[in-house]
Amino acid sequence: MTTISQIEKHALNIRRNLLKMIHIAGSGHPAGALGAADIMAALYLEIMNYNPKKPHDENRDILALSNGHIVPAQYAALAEIGAIAVSELWTLRQLGSRLQGHPVRTLLPFMEITSGPLGSGLSEAAGMALGIKMNGARRFVYVIVGDGELDEGNIWEGAMFTNKYALSNLIVFVMRNNIQLDGDTEDIMPLEPLSDKWRSFGWDVSEIDGHNIKSIIEAAERARAIDNQPSVIIAHTIPGKGVSFMEGDYRWHGKTPDAQELKKALEELK
Amino acid sequence: MSELKSVRQAFGRGLTLAAEKQPSIVALVPDLTNSIGFGEFAEKFPERFIQTGIAEQNIVCVASGLAHVGKTPFMGAYAAFSPGRNWEQIRTTICINDQPVKIIGSHAGLTVGPDGETHQALEDIALMRVLPNMSVFAPADAVEAEQMALVLARYNHPAYVRYPRADMPLVFDNLYKFEIGKSYRIRDGRDVVIFTTGTMLAAVLEAAELLKLKKIDAAVVHFPTIKPLDEKSIVKYARKFSRVITVEEHQIAGGFGSAVAEVLSADQPTIQLRIGVNDQFGQSAAPDELLDFYGLTAPKIAKKIKTWYNV
Repeated sequence: MTTISQIEKHALNIRRNLLKMIHIAGSGHPAGALGAADIMAALYLEIMNYNPKKPHDENRDILALSNGHIVPAQYAALAEIGAIAVSELWTLRQLGSRLQGHPVRTLLPFMEITSGPLGSGLSEAAGMALGIKMNGARRFVYVIVGDGELDEGNIWEGAMFTNKYALSNLIVFVMRNNIQLDGDTEDIMPLEPLSDKWRSFGWDVSEIDGHNIKSIIEAAERARAIDNQPSVIIAHTIPGKGVSFMEGDYRWHGKTPDAQELKKALEELK
Repeated sequence: MSELKSVRQAFGRGLTLAAEKQPSIVALVPDLTNSIGFGEFAEKFPERFIQTGIAEQNIVCVASGLAHVGKTPFMGAYAAFSPGRNWEQIRTTICINDQPVKIIGSHAGLTVGPDGETHQALEDIALMRVLPNMSVFAPADAVEAEQMALVLARYNHPAYVRYPRADMPLVFDNLYKFEIGKSYRIRDGRDVVIFTTGTMLAAVLEAAELLKLKKIDAAVVHFPTIKPLDEKSIVKYARKFSRVITVEEHQIAGGFGSAVAEVLSADQPTIQLRIGVNDQFGQSAAPDELLDFYGLTAPKIAKKIKTWYNV
């Protein structure tokens, strides 16, 4: 049992490392990744059932990261659990690296899907959850999707399918940070009333503060206990969370911190 | 002409036979169960049959996910919509992932007939063969289609199979044995060689008979595997005949003939006549009318070859 404060410490490490990675790489998506650090830490250090030494274990829970551009947060989390070396993190986006700019399933342990083109991760995870259910196994498939990603029709095809097959072993976290590349989600393509949308698609819906480790863990526990429908946890997150000058500023969606900005950010993340 | 038989039903038969021995096999369709030949499987294995509704993007992603947890998915739809509508999902979730999903593009080519150009997939070979990890297949008749299903069930990588709505004349007998990547010499000849794939085989054989009456003795080689292409045989025949012809029910840009030209231009530069649909869409009509209009019947193929040969 990992304590909340230990998980928070891992989340802090994830934030520090992902910023360093993006800085060294010279490109990447810091805001969304920072916003996902707490959910990543909670999933890998508490919620998910797996053996860090056995990435292909047939009983493991699965995390499918659908909004692949925030993958530095996942890579940094894999370093926290010892699945990859911290030193490998600094190879992000470089020739020959296993750490691709967007996730590739076949390259790294615990990378369960290839993603980046948005909207397909939920459907892919639904296939996994259905296969697991057909096999009569008890394993959970967790999915992280971005809110901007919900513009994609593929998501709602997947939402209908998941409901049809009552895939209660599938739990989606929506990173509700209200920004996307061109601005605010409600200006680009309104998503609200978002909870009602999911509910009308047959899902159990809860809303949480996506930076509160205890809330994240409790929401996952609650979702796991539901046995007749899929669950979505709308996690309200702050893009750039933890770095004052990045928080809530959509321009940091795809901007790389320079040396000075990195230094300033790391000073705040202590 | 020999007996006509449904290629769709035969592939579905092969799929059912494979599934009897292989519990990992599952089948997925987007509201087209009987139409694409998956009805027998659905009836026999309801617990392994997945109905996704009309959602081509979702269905290939679901298939990829099923493969990730150990299933062997056969996902079938109309070729115009899959890979027509979901190419990126196929690329990302199946090809980059190298998942053993079999994508079946039924109703490929002009012979869809009256449904018209929206439903006549003439670009699917091109779309699929450019994808790394993807193999591409086109059976000529029911015998080959059934065998193909059985062989692909054991193939541990992505595969695309295109087949027609129309029934096809039987070319092969029960001694035929389909192997991935192999071409089959169906007819010997001395003057020229015709390479063909999928539905065009029977018409090409008939065209070869017509050419013989005009003193052109054509060999016919069938390529049920479009990728990986039997390059050795292509080069061998090109050396022997010095002129080659390709025939396909597909755009001549990017399809089987283009794949042959890529091999020849690198290894054995050879004059080639590419017969297929020439940068046009199809239209509504009976299948035979369409094949005639687009120059893909035996007499039209023979005529085109003769004109070209005599230049």
